[in-house]
Amino acid sequence: MAIRVFLISLLFLSFTNLISALYEDQVGLMDWHQQYIGKVKHAVFHTQKTGRKRVLVSTEENVVASLDLRRGEIFWRHVLGTNDVVDGLDIALGKYVITLSSDGSILRAWNLPDGQMVWESSLQGSKASKSILNIPKNLKADKDDLILVFGKGCLHAVSSIDGEVLWRHDFVGESIQVSHIIHSADVILVAGFVGSSEFYVYELNAKNGELLKNSHVALPYGTFGELLSVSSDVLVVLDDTRSNIVTINLKNGEISYNQKYIIDLIKDSSGQAVILPSRLPGMFALKVNSHVLIVKLTNEGELVVVDKINNAAAVSDALSISEDQQAFAFVHHGDNKIHISVKDVNDWNGDLLKESIVIDHQRGNIDKIFINNYVRTDRSHGFRALMVMEDHSLVLVQQGEIVWSREDGLASVVGVTTSELPVEKEGVSVAKVEQNLFEWLKGHVLKLKGTLMIASPDDVAAIQAMRLRSSEKSKMTRDHNGFRKMLIVLTRAGKVFALHTGDGRVIWSILLRTLRKSEVCEHPVGLNIYQWQVPHHHALDENPSVLVVGRCGPSLAAPAVLSFIDAYTGVEVNSLSHAHTVSQVIPLPYTDSTEQRLHLIIDVNQHAYLYPRTPEALDILKREFSNVYWYSVESDNGVIRGHALKSNCKAVDEYCFDMRDLWSIVFPSESEKIIATVARKSNEVVHTQAKVMTDYDVTYKYISKNLLFVANVAPKANGEVGTATPEEAWLVIYIIDTVTGRILHRMTHHGCQGPVHAVFSENWVVYHYFNLRAHRYELSVVEVYDQSRADNKDVWKFVLGMHNLTSPFSSYSRPEVTTKSQSYFFTHSVKTLEVTSTAKGITSKQVLIGTIGDQVLALDKRFLDPRRTLNPSQAEKEDGIIPLTDSLPIISQSYITHSLKVEGLRGIVTVPAKLESTSLVFAYGVDLFFTQIAPSRTYDSLTEDFSYALLLLTIVALIAAIFVTWVLSERKDLQEKWR
Amino acid sequence: MASTMRFFKSLFLFLFSISSFSFAHSASPGSSEGYTIYGRVKIPTGSGANEFILPGKVSNVKVTLNGGQRVTFLRPDGYFSFHNVPAGTHLIEVAALGYLFSPVRVDVSARNPGKIQAALTETRRGLSEFVLEPLKGEQYYEIREPFSIMSIVKSPMGLMMGFMLIVVFLMPKLMENIDPEEMKRAQEEMRNQGVPSLASLLPGAARSN
Repeated sequence: MAIRVFLISLLFLSFTNLISALYEDQVGLMDWHQQYIGKVKHAVFHTQKTGRKRVLVSTEENVVASLDLRRGEIFWRHVLGTNDVVDGLDIALGKYVITLSSDGSILRAWNLPDGQMVWESSLQGSKASKSILNIPKNLKADKDDLILVFGKGCLHAVSSIDGEVLWRHDFVGESIQVSHIIHSADVILVAGFVGSSEFYVYELNAKNGELLKNSHVALPYGTFGELLSVSSDVLVVLDDTRSNIVTINLKNGEISYNQKYIIDLIKDSSGQAVILPSRLPGMFALKVNSHVLIVKLTNEGELVVVDKINNAAAVSDALSISEDQQAFAFVHHGDNKIHISVKDVNDWNGDLLKESIVIDHQRGNIDKIFINNYVRTDRSHGFRALMVMEDHSLVLVQQGEIVWSREDGLASVVGVTTSELPVEKEGVSVAKVEQNLFEWLKGHVLKLKGTLMIASPDDVAAIQAMRLRSSEKSKMTRDHNGFRKMLIVLTRAGKVFALHTGDGRVIWSILLRTLRKSEVCEHPVGLNIYQWQVPHHHALDENPSVLVVGRCGPSLAAPAVLSFIDAYTGVEVNSLSHAHTVSQVIPLPYTDSTEQRLHLIIDVNQHAYLYPRTPEALDILKREFSNVYWYSVESDNGVIRGHALKSNCKAVDEYCFDMRDLWSIVFPSESEKIIATVARKSNEVVHTQAKVMTDYDVTYKYISKNLLFVANVAPKANGEVGTATPEEAWLVIYIIDTVTGRILHRMTHHGCQGPVHAVFSENWVVYHYFNLRAHRYELSVVEVYDQSRADNKDVWKFVLGMHNLTSPFSSYSRPEVTTKSQSYFFTHSVKTLEVTSTAKGITSKQVLIGTIGDQVLALDKRFLDPRRTLNPSQAEKEDGIIPLTDSLPIISQSYITHSLKVEGLRGIVTVPAKLESTSLVFAYGVDLFFTQIAPSRTYDSLTEDFSYALLLLTIVALIAAIFVTWVLSERKDLQEKWR
Repeated sequence: MASTMRFFKSLFLFLFSISSFSFAHSASPGSSEGYTIYGRVKIPTGSGANEFILPGKVSNVKVTLNGGQRVTFLRPDGYFSFHNVPAGTHLIEVAALGYLFSPVRVDVSARNPGKIQAALTETRRGLSEFVLEPLKGEQYYEIREPFSIMSIVKSPMGLMMGFMLIVVFLMPKLMENIDPEEMKRAQEEMRNQGVPSLASLLPGAARSN
């Protein structure tokens, strides 16, 4: 009895422990964290002073960062808000990094060494316009360097010391599209077009912004593209036929213009010409077809072609390397190499630098190039080039070699899937030779010291190093516990990476040909990545593969592109660019004999296309024809429709099917607007349908794969927090069966609004929304129970076979369901919600909450249990029911990201490991983070800090004790006998 | 203490609106209508109640308006501001690693421009001045228990040892209390059975025989 009590109390103890925290020395054992910045838009070098050489960058992920020029590491980094797009970046006063963002309305200064924000200035204006950041080197007002900012239709002169707006000039009334600011010592020229042919120049006093002069000229033709300033008083632009170059001269306040036919410059000018935005003194670069012409403007105002570069990729801005020398770089491709040339602007014949380097062709073409110079020991000029590649990676080239490269494409993950690693083959042992027993024991003694807290700092360091060194976790083969997998991610650049879950390294990467910009496909976008083939059992000799679905452009009507990639080798096995469009991809629960999963791709014209396109797949689909259902959500119209396959559409081919609408739910548009829909994960495993309540009563979870959670808000409360009042806001949630269209549950939260984030698992859904009355966020849980099976409690029914447990589960059976729900306050805004998933679904669940602070919080599902009451009874307490509180606790030890941030968090993916207790979690945003979590602790394996030494010690002690007692008892026996 | 408080008070920028400023400077007041919310974040050091770390030292503190609509950063002295905020009720959150901040409900009044009220949503405490302090520091790691005999005893190995000790030292004591004749009988039985069974060793079981 005592033992039972003891065991029960032990169990209870283990259950009451709701958090599974980490010790500080365990960081990095099971988790890894990678920091990225995204595709670089602007780069400014800071190498003048001795000391740290750095490059300051701003990116398309709205990141401002300072990178180490020697190694490419991040010195500091700030991720701005999602709407806070960076428009310009520069250095002022040699110590501040100035960024202009949010369409030219926010100007910030960051301290160069540590990235601390020094000042922030909000620039007022009312008209959307191009935003220009201009930091003149020599423009001073009262010993203060001026920053010229054009944004929102106003020109602002801002002090670089404290960000104060010294003067501003409004151009709102003048409907001018300002495209250039030219400054001299005390005069600022603002140039731009009104319409496409009226050219205006405003002359302002640099001291106080007073308008000095205003002149304009009407060009006899329209213009195309952006103005480019060639020198302080000459601008060039293309005319609207794109066959003439218009040169605008501002000499002495007079505006004059010339035009020149491109055909006069180059014979073969059949293609569309574009002026590249590179700033070169006295020159400009003109792109015609795949050639780039470097056109020089002579002193007489003539345009002369100085060079023609074939296969050019990018041209840098000019860089002044000495008093009278200015250099710029261009790169072009040729024989699998990249040729970088740096030339002096004034002396075209000589090359300052000519290098050829080989860059991994999976990085694609060069998008942008930034150059910087340094003085070699022999006082000649050396150059380094920072290149932004097509896959968004960043490469620094110096002396013909790649000094460092960063895979910054991984900052924009759009889709994630996983794949198993290869099985370890016999004879091919990847593991290194096991270290000898002494080493092993020594390691464990060290660990024991660590657990007993008697380790010296040296020992602690040794333990840490030993743990991190263990090569087990980064092996390239499948492990017994299923911890080692490949994360296959698709990035916005159209590149697919395979990451090892052990240490996060890139196993392979491929820039998809189908997702590269081409003539047929102007703006390809990758949509998602799916598991295509997961071989096990009879198809083990096949490699697994993944399917990448993309589209040739942002609109729904753009044709689809499909790529099939071998997950082991990273080779594109097959690719299809089809005429049909893609609006939905439905992985079906059927596989063919080679374990390829059947997928239906729904196009915008109500057709469904079957993949793989094999007769076998067609047979399988025909067999299951009446079992294929799906739904579509039209959030603009407030309609949800259910669909099924109808017949073969004869018009196209045998793999195309017509579809029919089964049902539709139309929400009243004047009172409800769909803002979120969440369905269950199709591969989720549920261990048991029965749930034993505290009074030994059994309830049955309503577990259906076809449930959809829909959240609707009042149209007035559709916006963000702070735009609606409680009276005009409500949130209506529905749980809908997607086969029949039956609404199983509907609930209204008055005075609540979105954004709604939700996660659906088993028979419950947890959702997060904003309560306007309390002005706090709330998390609610709804659990659905099957009432029709509720009376299967009588033993006699089972004996007599009168139960209905074996009756097939069907959406058509219209079972009676009951729901239970409860709501709690939650402190933080939420970016994403996810739930842990385990191999068999036995382990209890945790809800993973991606908070506004870019951390991931693991919240035990028991906190989100509708059975919680204020005063649970003893029985309920033993069952693990937590007393009800109005808000959910935030236990800081249960942040699975511990002291790290996943900057710009966008999504969380959970994958079951083979070990039932463990779930693998991958969080992505600008950063990547991976860890393993065990929601109920690792009850099925020994933990990492299990002390084998202590076990050995105990065993040795026990054996010793046995011998001692044996000897003692022998002696005692002998004495007894002698007596 | 009083003097330091006064010092801080003089430092604090009270909430005020610059609506008049924005009206004066924009050509079309309708479109750029809005107020400015100024505030300050202070993070106390662990030791003294009146000492504060400059938030600049705490890396990457972000202040978020309305769940991500706008994000801003702190100046070296801990001040932050949101410009062009329309009248209404807003939510401001501070995200700083290592600290838990309560979200703040901010009411920007439309009727009397410039009146801004703030209250912590977690504690429902109104703020007379817009200074945000963390509710508590956050410890992300479990602290290793220092070495103690109890931790050894509580570990499975310790329990095993304890059980062994009980068997070695307490069982003989129990045996002593048994009647010598019964003991003899039990021993005989044991010899007969060959294998000693735990049940027969126990005094109660032995007596029942």
